[in-house]
Amino acid sequence: MSATEQALATADSVPLSLRGPAPKRVVAGYGFWLFLLSDIVIFAALFAAYAVLSGESASGPTAADLFDKKHVLIETACLLASSVTCGFGSLAVLSGDRNSTYFWMSITFILGAAFLSLEVSEFSHMLSIGAGPSRSAFLSAFFTLVGTHGLHVTMGLCWLIVMLLQVATLGFQPMVSRRFFCFGLFWHALDIVWIGVFTIVYLGAHL
Amino acid sequence: MWLRALSMTSAALLMASCNEGVLDPHGPVGKAERVILYDSTAIMLAVIIPVIVLTLAFAWWFRARNSQARYRPDWEFSGRIEMIVWSIPALVILFLGGIAWTGSHDLDPRVALEESKTPLDIEVISLDWRWLFIYPHEGIASLNRLVVPAGVPLRFRLTSTTVMNSFFVPQLGSQIYAMPNMVTRLNLEADQPGTFEGLSAQFSGDGFSDMRFDLVSTATEAFKDWVNATKTQGGVLDARTFEELAKPAKADGAQTYAEVSEGLFDSISIRSMAAVSPPRGQ
Amino acid sequence: MFGRLSWAAIPFDQPVVMIASGTVGFVIFCVLALVTVKGWWPCIWREWITSVDHKRIGVMYIFLALLMLVRGFSDAMLMRSQLALAAGQAQGYLPPEHYDQIFSAHGTIMIFFVAMPFVIGLMNFVLPLQLGVRDVAFPVLNSVSFWLSAAGVLLVNVSLVVGEFARTGWLAYPPLSEVAYSPGVGVDYYLWSLQISGLGTLLSGINLLTTILKLRAPGMGYRRMPIFCWTALASNLLIVASFPILTATFAMLLLDRYCGFHFFTNELGGNPMMYINLIWCWGHPEVYILILPAFGVFSEVVATFSGKPLFGRRSMVMATMVICVLSFLVWLHHFFTMGAGADVNAFFGIATMIIAVPTGVKIFNWLFTLYGGRIRFTVPVYWTIGFMVTFVIGGMTGVLMAIPPADFVLHNSLFLIAHFHNVAIGGVVFGVMAGISYWFPKAFGFTLNERLGKVVFWCWFFGFYLAFMPLYVLGLMGATRRMQHYSNMHWQPLMLVALVGALLILFGIALTVVQFAVSIRRRELNRDVTGDPWNGRTLEWSTPSPPPAWNFSLPPQVDRPDAFWAMKQQQGTVQDRNVKQTYETIQVPRNNPTGFYIAFFAVLLGFSLIWRIWWGAGLGLLGVIVVCLMQAWRTDGEIEVPAEKVAAFERLHGLKEGAV
Repeated sequence: MSATEQALATADSVPLSLRGPAPKRVVAGYGFWLFLLSDIVIFAALFAAYAVLSGESASGPTAADLFDKKHVLIETACLLASSVTCGFGSLAVLSGDRNSTYFWMSITFILGAAFLSLEVSEFSHMLSIGAGPSRSAFLSAFFTLVGTHGLHVTMGLCWLIVMLLQVATLGFQPMVSRRFFCFGLFWHALDIVWIGVFTIVYLGAHL
Repeated sequence: MWLRALSMTSAALLMASCNEGVLDPHGPVGKAERVILYDSTAIMLAVIIPVIVLTLAFAWWFRARNSQARYRPDWEFSGRIEMIVWSIPALVILFLGGIAWTGSHDLDPRVALEESKTPLDIEVISLDWRWLFIYPHEGIASLNRLVVPAGVPLRFRLTSTTVMNSFFVPQLGSQIYAMPNMVTRLNLEADQPGTFEGLSAQFSGDGFSDMRFDLVSTATEAFKDWVNATKTQGGVLDARTFEELAKPAKADGAQTYAEVSEGLFDSISIRSMAAVSPPRGQ
Repeated sequence: MFGRLSWAAIPFDQPVVMIASGTVGFVIFCVLALVTVKGWWPCIWREWITSVDHKRIGVMYIFLALLMLVRGFSDAMLMRSQLALAAGQAQGYLPPEHYDQIFSAHGTIMIFFVAMPFVIGLMNFVLPLQLGVRDVAFPVLNSVSFWLSAAGVLLVNVSLVVGEFARTGWLAYPPLSEVAYSPGVGVDYYLWSLQISGLGTLLSGINLLTTILKLRAPGMGYRRMPIFCWTALASNLLIVASFPILTATFAMLLLDRYCGFHFFTNELGGNPMMYINLIWCWGHPEVYILILPAFGVFSEVVATFSGKPLFGRRSMVMATMVICVLSFLVWLHHFFTMGAGADVNAFFGIATMIIAVPTGVKIFNWLFTLYGGRIRFTVPVYWTIGFMVTFVIGGMTGVLMAIPPADFVLHNSLFLIAHFHNVAIGGVVFGVMAGISYWFPKAFGFTLNERLGKVVFWCWFFGFYLAFMPLYVLGLMGATRRMQHYSNMHWQPLMLVALVGALLILFGIALTVVQFAVSIRRRELNRDVTGDPWNGRTLEWSTPSPPPAWNFSLPPQVDRPDAFWAMKQQQGTVQDRNVKQTYETIQVPRNNPTGFYIAFFAVLLGFSLIWRIWWGAGLGLLGVIVVCLMQAWRTDGEIEVPAEKVAAFERLHGLKEGAV
């Protein structure tokens, strides 16, 4: 930054919008927020499709027939817990503590993987009893909505592995810190989407 | 000279369109819609013609080489002009919005015309790429040709076997989509005898351009004669013959059926047609 | 081994297609050969393909769009000539199987691969310069976005030679676009090329939005931002909010087609009406994505060439943001005839009309900017006046169709076609052409030939009216869209007039190529030495033409709108300021092949998925992942330009009046 930019950036009396170009950390975070919002719009469209098609079970299995509340409760607990551990991991990243980062992020990974395996087992059970996505429109919408969330979780886990490798090889460079911040946003956002899924799909089924 | 040529050409074009199609309606629905078209266009022209004239006038007058025009390099705001500039479009829209509201309700396709008269029920099924018209009370059907009595409200129920189409007779007014697995409703009337072109207004595949039909409106007596004549000749339309009919084929003339299975339309409209109408090969 | 791909996919038995693709292939070969023989590859690779400079990327977008304009327009010429011939019993020369692909390709290409790249290219080039900053927020992502669009372009064009294109119209409504009624690869080409380029567009939207909101010159608060930046803000907000809907909807259709899902099928509960709702929830904001930057161009052009600030700046900004929000509330007007009922139809009709209010305000504000000005009739001004006269007609017919009962007789007719071409050509095309001639000198350092530019304008202007006014009439006469032939002989004269109009536009496009060639040859005569050929008002004109990679050697200090104009008025103080400030080292992003490589693998992925070549798809996906990982470990993303080099550059190009 130039001397002027620096001066402007630190002056408290100058409003944020007048301080000139924002620092990289802010820009990266802001851009990622926008990406997350766009991702949420994708989910919004999938939720809308689910809402429209949830009654179309074409004389096949319905939501009430299929969803096991206990199973979903454990899944939810795993995911929410992983958000907590992710939070601790983010703190470790901020303080540059390598071991803590590995520890907390590994637990996050394990909890995320547990969520995924529970979800996969639910899906494969449904497939085995003939309640797959091609059975009815309702099931297509269900598999797509929940499956897309699961895909995002999978991509998050892959991303997490990459990030841990980056810490191992590059240390806590500003670039790596920024990316961890974005990962944290992503992981927590997936939690929020899951709350929506849990409420509308699983709880909604039993209303 | 240019202006005169232009206005004469546009007048000629407009007059050409007045003798057929939407601007030459032969039914109450179409006539009401034409009134809306004319009125709304007139209101809007009253705004946009001055805008176009002013644009050309300002551009011309304030050209750089015109020393008589007053250059006002700092004039960028005027509260009064702002108020007018927001009000004119707002008022026009307010008025047109009223037309939209009342027009949408009065001309809702589902609304029956002329409560006092008994409507004629017609069931419409769009096939690939022909139109089938079933007269449920008369027990007959007609392919690609719709014969109706003049001056009688027509109450349509529409569905499709395969993909979306749109039932449209421009000279009678409103169109409505015909969609698989659901029933749409339309009310029209032909006020005089005549032959009017009908078509599909929603693209449905290779045979789309030929998917036309004639709507023939006749005097009431002539219509009764036609119904009776149809009952004596032509085949039976039941589930089996319908299955044959529903196979993809381009329109190839009109045909009638002397007998139609009861509830045929209802059974088509509520179930999947994948079994009846095989998917199109490559 | 190769999925469904076989030699049968190439239409050897269709002479028109083989000749067309043969010619294109030959031209491409000649160009590649020329570049190789002349040894230009290293330069092109370094200066363009791997460039992450927003100015280069902007130019490449526009070049891509111009190329696709020729392709999309060829489709238009085929359609116009077919309809001029196929009257009464005549069937024309294009059977339905081909004609259906042609009109589907025409719409898809014009919207996604001409209009979008034009608009995104302009925004890319101009925004950082107008905002007074060095580049967009994410330069490498910018390159990725461009190359993903190029990947989409490639896939769409490959469908001409290998396989077929969709035969469903440009929005591919189900059930027609489901496997049952479109069993070939056409719809798959459509879906995958748009998913790939759609991702690029979304990333671009995020990039430009972050740039506008987080990267502006010191002192440039929102109220001091140029009006083009405001319209770009609205447009990018719409991109980020609406493109994901397109992605999700296409994904659902893909799942139906590939995995037997039932979102929009006729059996087992699918709902085609839902597709129509979702796709238009994207589709309507899309048209505002296209028109708002064009409005921004007109605002800039009118103010600059009238020598006055834009009239009613604040209400212009407000009108822009109102249009942005309202564009999400009107989507149902695209299917009033689907039977939603009077209340719903009326609501959406009225909402649609309400958008006409801020649009009308804009027209009036431009009008009053002209008033009291000293107007120089340059080529951009020609396009602007042409727009103001033409667009209002299109707006009128749009408001007309917003009245549901009127739409009941005009829906899907040639009247509708005329309306949207009226606003797309009169609005978007005219705006882009104005923008190109306006900013061309900034990009390349010389102005375009004015005389040829004016002839091009008149070709487009008269060509448009001749081509589309008859279509309004035909629509009223009952002619519907997408017909391959018609029986009513009365329609033929009007179709012939439309053909003449199309030919005139074709002539205009050809002349544009000539204009570029002539201007390049005579560039020394038209050099822009000051960087400010138009006596401009905004910051981009304070840089040399073309600007250095870092745009501004010193960050401009902004304290009011029309920052550059203000600087020019206060010449004295600026010079004093110059003496006090010194140059510093500037970080410039390094060239990066990530975008190009990702697009390469995206094409492999897309093509493989279309033809069900699963190993190819796997390879493509793997390639994308590997390239991303390589980028993740890249630590030398920037080059440092030392202060002395910056100073030397400034000395060479001279500090003009008003430059910082």
